[in-house]
Amino acid sequence: MTRFYLFLAIIFTALLLLPLFLDNYILGIFVMIFYWAYVGQTWNVLTGYTGHISLGHALYIGIGAYTTTYLALTFGLTPWIGMFFGGLIAAVIALFLGFLGFRFGLRGVYFVIMTIAFAEITRLIVSHIEALGSFTGIFLDFNPSFWNFQFRGNQPYYYISLGFMVASLIVVRLIETSKVGRFMVAIREDEEAAQALGVNTFKYNMIAIAISAFMTSLAGAFYANYIFYLHPNTLFGMSTSIDLILRPIVGGLGTLFGPVIGSFILTPLSEISRAYFAKGGLEGLHLILYGVLAILVVLFMPKGIIVYVKKLLSPILKSKIT
Amino acid sequence: MSILSADNLTKNFGGLMAVGNLSFDLEKGEILALIGPNGAGKTTVFNCLSGFLTPDEGDVIFEGKLLGGLQPFQICQLGMARTFQIVKPFPTISVLDNVMVGALSREKSTAEAKNKSLEIIDFTGLSRMAAIEAQGLPLPLRKRLELARALATQPKVLLLDEVMAGLNPTEVDELIALLKKINRQGISILLIEHVMRGVMALSQRVIVISYGVKIAEGTPEEVVENKEVIEAYLGKEFLSAQGQ
Repeated sequence: MTRFYLFLAIIFTALLLLPLFLDNYILGIFVMIFYWAYVGQTWNVLTGYTGHISLGHALYIGIGAYTTTYLALTFGLTPWIGMFFGGLIAAVIALFLGFLGFRFGLRGVYFVIMTIAFAEITRLIVSHIEALGSFTGIFLDFNPSFWNFQFRGNQPYYYISLGFMVASLIVVRLIETSKVGRFMVAIREDEEAAQALGVNTFKYNMIAIAISAFMTSLAGAFYANYIFYLHPNTLFGMSTSIDLILRPIVGGLGTLFGPVIGSFILTPLSEISRAYFAKGGLEGLHLILYGVLAILVVLFMPKGIIVYVKKLLSPILKSKIT
Repeated sequence: MSILSADNLTKNFGGLMAVGNLSFDLEKGEILALIGPNGAGKTTVFNCLSGFLTPDEGDVIFEGKLLGGLQPFQICQLGMARTFQIVKPFPTISVLDNVMVGALSREKSTAEAKNKSLEIIDFTGLSRMAAIEAQGLPLPLRKRLELARALATQPKVLLLDEVMAGLNPTEVDELIALLKKINRQGISILLIEHVMRGVMALSQRVIVISYGVKIAEGTPEEVVENKEVIEAYLGKEFLSAQGQ
């Protein structure tokens, strides 16, 4: 196990030093890799570990982005604090959604539809609220400072998003090895059996969805101050919800490093192919590439690419990666 | 003094009466068997006792406490654990992790729960399998795992739903020995069982139900001689062919 931690430490150090050698464009790709790995991980908490499929996680990104931005524009509150308000609002809404789902036994497709409905309803509501920019969205003014969470160039964003990703890994690792995490996995595996063994499944379902929503919404604050433009259709939209689940699925659902591996494979592919195809006038083709890749992975590697990465690394590490 | 009582339990599914006015007591330290032909309502009784179903009428009393309205996990925490006839292992996690879920409902720390679980895994003879994913176990060992997980919750009463079904005679004998050991530790056992070898060897008393109604109660020897019981299992024709 120590060898594995050493391996992680080397990679982490390399990632810390990387900005010294890379140009701004490549750094931007890395920012997106870390960003998607982070949101993939936070979605993974609910779906990968606890087994409840959410296709509406864009909801929490949107709540995070809008809350943080609204508080910053109206009260001048720094996003560093504002994002935690966003997190709380997201958690409360998630608990309401969870209450409906878990209390009244909405499972499977019905739960999925409810998560989509919540995201879509919120998208429509936000599209009609003047104070939130309605359907034209909000453009953020560029006032670079640490306090404003706004920076020139990609390097600061690189380190912040890296921090987000590493923090999510640590948090999820702590959850995974704790009682809460073990109960979450038991629920995923068989909710009835978990009940029979004394697990308060309702409580742990609620904990899972609240943690997942809180963490996901923090990413929204980052996104807002990285892109400088909020639009309900992109932030709350179905495409974001789908985008964020692909990486953990491709990497390995319900595993700690699955979302990270998935993001390192899919994000550069998406960014590079998007730029490449757009040059040839074939915008959107990268989405087809994406879809094909997702289908291939589900067909031939249902447990995700992590299984093969483990095999590849096992001679070096001589210990199991969880 | 009885540790678990069913008092006039009744459960209907639509127009079908699955259990009707069933009453029985499980004495402290006893092994009581609940038998009956397929579809007699045995598992429904278990589901009512363990909180997975709410009886239409009647009460379940555990250690003098009414269990009405409690959820399965609360009943488990009070000290009544059950296994499932159709085994429900957590398939993609290890045997140890499976058992730890049960242990964690009692223990605070994961380290403590792990020690406890390893003990139980050893006790139930699953040591060699501790690191294997539960889906890799053959059926007899999955049944053991059901038992191990239930034991990990440190129950006072164990409800065992056909833990011997599908086992060969040697495995049945091993399990009988194991259940006797568990019982000697002071855990009362209520079992649903079709394997008569197990029922005869283990139980002090047997209750027979048919179409949800109790038709006989007594020692194993008395019950297997009972005409109504033979009729319920084999039909009237069998009795008349026997010239009785």
